[in-house]
Amino acid sequence: MDRDVANSLNFLLDKLTGLLGRSVPEDHVAGHLIAAFLYVGLLLHLVAVSALVFIWMERKIAGRIQDRLGPTRVGGKFGWLQTLADGLKLLTKEDLTPTGADLFLFRIAPYVGFCASLGAFIAIPFAGQDFPFVAQHLNVGVFFVLAVMGIEVFSVILAGYASASKWSLFGAMREAAQVVSYEVPLGLCVVVPVMLAGSMDLVHLGDKQQGWFTNWYLLHDPFTFVIFWVYFTCATASVNRAPFDLAEAESELVAGFHTEYSGLRWSFFFMAEYGSMLAVSLLGAILFLGGWHGPVPVASLLGLAWENGPVWGYLGNLLGMVNLLAKAVLLVTVMIWVRWTLPRLRIDQVLTTCLKYCTPIAAAMFLGAATWHMAMPDRVFAGLLQAPEANRLLAEPSATPRLQKGGNL
Amino acid sequence: MATTVEDPRVIEVDVRTDEMLVNMGPQHPSTHGVLRLVLRTDGEVVSEVTPHIGYLHRCAEKIGENLTPRQYIPYTDRMDYLAGMNMNLGWALTVEKLLDLRVPEKGRHLRVLIAEMGRIASHLVGMGAYGLDLGTFSPFLYAFREREKILDLFEEACGARLTYSYLTVGGATADLPKGWLEKCEAFLDQFVPVIDEYHTLLTTNTIFIKRTAGIGLLSPEMAIDYGCSGPVLRGSGVDHDLRRDGETIYTSMYDDYNFEIICERDGHYPQDQDYPPVPIETMLGDCWHRFYVRMLEVVQSVGLVRQAMEKYQASEGSHGEPIKLNQKLPPGEVYLETEAPRGQMGFYLVSDGKAIPWRVRVRSSCFSNLSVTPELCRGCLIADVPAVVGSLDVVMGEIDR
Repeated sequence: MDRDVANSLNFLLDKLTGLLGRSVPEDHVAGHLIAAFLYVGLLLHLVAVSALVFIWMERKIAGRIQDRLGPTRVGGKFGWLQTLADGLKLLTKEDLTPTGADLFLFRIAPYVGFCASLGAFIAIPFAGQDFPFVAQHLNVGVFFVLAVMGIEVFSVILAGYASASKWSLFGAMREAAQVVSYEVPLGLCVVVPVMLAGSMDLVHLGDKQQGWFTNWYLLHDPFTFVIFWVYFTCATASVNRAPFDLAEAESELVAGFHTEYSGLRWSFFFMAEYGSMLAVSLLGAILFLGGWHGPVPVASLLGLAWENGPVWGYLGNLLGMVNLLAKAVLLVTVMIWVRWTLPRLRIDQVLTTCLKYCTPIAAAMFLGAATWHMAMPDRVFAGLLQAPEANRLLAEPSATPRLQKGGNL
Repeated sequence: MATTVEDPRVIEVDVRTDEMLVNMGPQHPSTHGVLRLVLRTDGEVVSEVTPHIGYLHRCAEKIGENLTPRQYIPYTDRMDYLAGMNMNLGWALTVEKLLDLRVPEKGRHLRVLIAEMGRIASHLVGMGAYGLDLGTFSPFLYAFREREKILDLFEEACGARLTYSYLTVGGATADLPKGWLEKCEAFLDQFVPVIDEYHTLLTTNTIFIKRTAGIGLLSPEMAIDYGCSGPVLRGSGVDHDLRRDGETIYTSMYDDYNFEIICERDGHYPQDQDYPPVPIETMLGDCWHRFYVRMLEVVQSVGLVRQAMEKYQASEGSHGEPIKLNQKLPPGEVYLETEAPRGQMGFYLVSDGKAIPWRVRVRSSCFSNLSVTPELCRGCLIADVPAVVGSLDVVMGEIDR
C-alpha cells in the first residue's frame, strides 16, 4: 500500500517534472492517470477562472461603453470579486425543475455543454517548441477541437427540448438552424491555415508562425487576412454571442433555451459560453495570430529556448503561454465590444450571413490562398519576406519527430 | 398528399406541423410593461397576433368623476407616465376650454417649453427602448443618460421626476426657478451633438436598418382607418399634427412659433440635409420611418424649446395662477385633443355645474396605435413582433388608464 502511494507520488513528481523536460514511461498506468487528473485539474481551473475574469471584464467593459462604472464594491475598488459573489449566490439558489420537463435531460443539459466546452481545451496547446504545453498532443488537433465544440450544440437543444417551455423550444430550434449555417464557413476558414502549414497539428501550426509578427498567417497573404475576419464572425456565431445570440434572444424569447434554468445549472451554461469564447479565441490566435509566438520574438532574442537547458526552455514556454492568452483575451474583448454595440440579427439574416456571404467568401479566399501558396511557398508577409529557415525545415515531415525528441532530453 | 384516416387510432400517416399558441407577456422583457400578445406561430412565422390589454387598469376615468379638475391632475400624470407634463397639459387645456380661460402670455411660453422638453424625454425612452427590443443595450443607457438631465431640470422646476402635476388648470403651479433657463440652455447645447451618436448606433446601423426596413408596413390609408396618430401616423407619410391642425385653444399656444411638421414629403423630410439620408431599403410606413420621425421630432422639439425660452424671457407678468381647487365648473360638455408625444390624447369632460365633473373620459392614442399590431404582424417572424410593437411605442399606463 505504502509502496503504491510512494510510487504514485514518485510518478506524479515525474509527470510534473515532465513539464520541465522529462516524461513518464509509456507503460506506467497510475502515473498517466495522475498526470491526466493534473492536466484536467489545470484546464478546469483555466476555464473556471477565465469565466470569472471574462464575466467581470464583460461587466466592466459594458459599463464603460455605457457610460457607467460597472461593479465597484465587491473585492475592492474594481469589483473584481463580483462574479465570485454572484457565483456564491447562484449556489444557494433553489434548483427549479419545471413541471412537465424531461427531468433527466433537463438536468444533464448544462453539463453536456460544459463538458464539451472543457473538452476542447484538451487538444489546445498553450506553448510549443520542443515541449508543448498541451494536455494531449494530437496530430489532428484542429479537427478535434472543432468536433468537440460542436457537441456543445446538443446542450442547447437538450435544454430547449427538455424544459417543456415554448420559449425554450424556440431557442433550441434556432440553435439547430444556426449550427448548420455557421459550421460550414467555420470549417472552410480553419482549413486555410491547415493547408498553409500542411498539418492539423495545432502545435505544429503555431510553431510554423514563429519569429516576428510578419510570419503570422493573418499577414501571410491578403486572402488569409480576409479569412481571419470571416473566422472571427463565424466563431462569434458558434459561441452564441451577440449579434448572433438568437438562442437566448432576450427581447424575443425571454431567455431562450435557459429560460427555465436557475441556480448552479444556469451558471454552468454561462461557464460553458465563456469557456467556448476562450476556446475559439485561442484557436483563432493559434491559427492566425502566431499562437505563442509574439509580435516580437522576445523569448528567442533572450535565449529562452530548450537548447539552452530546460529552465530556459520552460521560461520561454511560460512567456509563450502568456503571449497566447493575451491574444485570446484580446479577441474575447473584441467579442464583448461587439456585443454591447450591435443590435441582434434576425434568424433568417443569420442564416443568410453565414451561408450566403461567409461561405462563398471563405471558399473564394481558400482558393486564393491555395493559389498564392503554390506560387510562393517560401514567402510570408504578403510575399514580401522569405520564410524563416526553421519554417522551411518544419515544412518537411522528416524534420519533425517532435515527440521522440522530447523523450530523449 | 392528403390522406384521410378512417380509424382515429391509426397515427397520422403524413408528416404535419402544428401551429403553436405562444403567450408573449404580460411578463416578457419586450412588451413595454404589461402588454400581453398571444401569438399563433408556425415555426418562426407568426400567423396571428392578438393583443390583450387591461393589466394596468386603475379606474382613472371613474376617479375623475369624484375629484375636482385640479385634484385630478396627478392622475393624468399616471396615464402616459413617460410624458406626464403633456398629460397635465391636455387635461388643463380641456378644463380651460370649458371655463373659457386663457393663460397669460408668459404661461403660454412656459407650457410650450415644458411640453416640448417632455416630448424630448418621452421620445428618448421610445428610442432607447426600441434599441432594447432589437437586442442592443447601450443606446438605451445613452438615452436614459440624457433623459436624466431633463428629469433633473423638471425636478428643479416642480419637485418631481416622473409624476409632475406641474402644468395645471389656469397655468402652472409655480414659475420656473432662477437660473433654470441657463441650465436648460446648457443641456440643449450638450444634447444636440449627442443626437449624432444615436444616429450612428441605430438609425444608420446596417443591422438596425435590416431589422426595421420594410417591416411592419403601415399604409397611410390603414393608419387613418385605425385612428393612428402621432409619429405612427406621420411615419406613414400623413401630414397631420395637432400642434398645427388642432383646435384653436391648443394651436394658439404655438402661435408665432416656427416649426415644420415632421413627415415625409416627396421622398424628403423637412430640412433633412442635417440628417442621415433615408436608406433605400426602407419603405414609407415601416418601422424605420416611425423611428426616424421620432428622432427628427426630438430635433424639432429642441428648436421649439429654444424659441420658447426666448419668448418666455421676453414676456412679462404672471406665469398663470392655478384656479381654485374647488372652483365650480359651468354646465356643459367639452372634448379636446392635444398632440402628446405618442399621438392624439383626448380628454372628454361633462359638467352639471358642480365643482366635480359629471363624466370624465379619455381617448388614448396608444390604444389606436396598438390596434394595428395584428395587421402589421401577420406573416412576420417572431423576432419582428418586438420590432413592430416597439416601433409603435406604446405605454400601457395610457391604454389601460
